[in-house]
Amino acid sequence: MFTIKQHLMAQSIEEGYETLVKNRNNLILGGTAFLRLGNKNINIGIDLSNLELDYIREDENNIEIGPMTTFRSIETNKLLKENFDGIVAESVEEIVGIQLRSVITAGATVASKYGFSDFITALLSLDTHIELYKGGVMSLETYLAEEKVPKDILVRIIIKKDGKKAAFKTMRNSKSDYAILNCAVSNLGGEYRIAVGARPGRAVVKIINNDELMNNIEAVVDEMKFGTNMRASGEYRKMIAKVLIRRCIEEVK
Amino acid sequence: MEIKLKINGISKDITIKEGEYLQSALKRLGFLNVRKGCETGSCGLCTVLLDGKPTLSCSTLAVRGIKKEITTLEGESVEVAKFAEVLTDEGADQCGYCSPGFTLTVIAMKRELESPTTDEIKHYLTGNLCRCTGYMGQLRAVKKYMEVK
Ligand SMILES: Cc1cc2nc3c(=O)[nH]c(=O)nc-3n(C[C@H](O)[C@H](O)[C@H](O)COP(=O)(O)OP(=O)(O)OC[C@H]3O[C@@H](n4cnc5c(N)ncnc54)[C@H](O)[C@@H]3O)c2cc1C
Ligand code: FES
Ligand code: FES
Repeated sequence: MFTIKQHLMAQSIEEGYETLVKNRNNLILGGTAFLRLGNKNINIGIDLSNLELDYIREDENNIEIGPMTTFRSIETNKLLKENFDGIVAESVEEIVGIQLRSVITAGATVASKYGFSDFITALLSLDTHIELYKGGVMSLETYLAEEKVPKDILVRIIIKKDGKKAAFKTMRNSKSDYAILNCAVSNLGGEYRIAVGARPGRAVVKIINNDELMNNIEAVVDEMKFGTNMRASGEYRKMIAKVLIRRCIEEVK
Repeated sequence: MEIKLKINGISKDITIKEGEYLQSALKRLGFLNVRKGCETGSCGLCTVLLDGKPTLSCSTLAVRGIKKEITTLEGESVEVAKFAEVLTDEGADQCGYCSPGFTLTVIAMKRELESPTTDEIKHYLTGNLCRCTGYMGQLRAVKKYMEVK
């Protein structure tokens, strides 16, 4: 169980950021469902829930998701169901139950780069950028490639509405358990983005084009590392990955 | 920290510890039906309605309840009595430990979903663990209560 010395209802992102960098033990509070499983001693818990960061909206080019948006909102949102064959909404559907999904937030999941994240895998197969308050806008891929989680605030998730076809698959021992493996593939004009997560490491993406497609699943998977944990062995995951990728490709061809 | 929470339609001033969760605050206020099972976000026992949405009170900070309608089992006595009757009829009440969280979720589901399929019902109720019933009797009761086949 974690402890919080002081709870700060931030009046602006600036105030939140200033507080965050002031002390090593100051921390942003998302839904706090995950934080509570650890035993951090938080000095100031920075609450962003009064800043209207809970939204899913679109403009001409992008769909934007605010960091405090809950997974339940993502799951039921019309925009996310209608774009990218619904995979962003679909990716969170099997995460425990709706009561937990009403608590956990998009920003925390992405900012923390969780390896088990189903949501990150779906986003990674699309043209997704994230915005950090200080770090600015960068592709999700670039953000994930950096080992460290920066002391910064994720303020926006931006998905380009480019008409990609997409598919998402996950393999779980039982519904609502963590994924053994998850996978998402998108296709735009013969360019395929193949994202694989819960390896159990952080999600990775490979881009291949039409001509190299089917024969190349093997090669794509060979380049990815698969690890062993209590849920499955690396070897098993690798076999599952080939199957899930092929199924996704068949849907978006 | 002093906060105001509206619980079952009644505003209450309460003192909470920094970082206190809603479950423990509600329990302290005497809402003993808001139970605690796993404390890890997996079992659904601690469910309350926040603005009508089933939410885990063990994983929601008490301060997040400010300016929201918090509903516990006590606040839904009419629907609770209706559902309890069907549940008992189907022989699906055992130890009853899971009942408060489960019942509140079923009530919210009835308001949110229009003639759901069995799969939609199961999807909505995933995350409500019950150690006793094997779920089949519960599912029969839920379908009766929802008036779907
Ligand atoms: C029982 C359980 C089962 C789960 N199963 C799955 C699963 O199967 N698949 C899956 O994908 N996920 C799963 N999750 C994880 C879930 O999806 C969330 O990722 C997780 O709960 C974190 O969300 P939160 O809002 O609770 O974050 P918090 O616990 O509040 O925060 C987590 C971290 O993110 C930081 N943070 C929060 N907001 C920001 C921000 N805006 N900018 C920068 N940093 C921030 C916090 O400082 C903290 O370090 C599960 C979680 C639980 C509790
Ligand atoms: S006690 Fe809250 S989910 Fe189990
Ligand atoms: S009836 Fe005993 S836990 Fe459900």
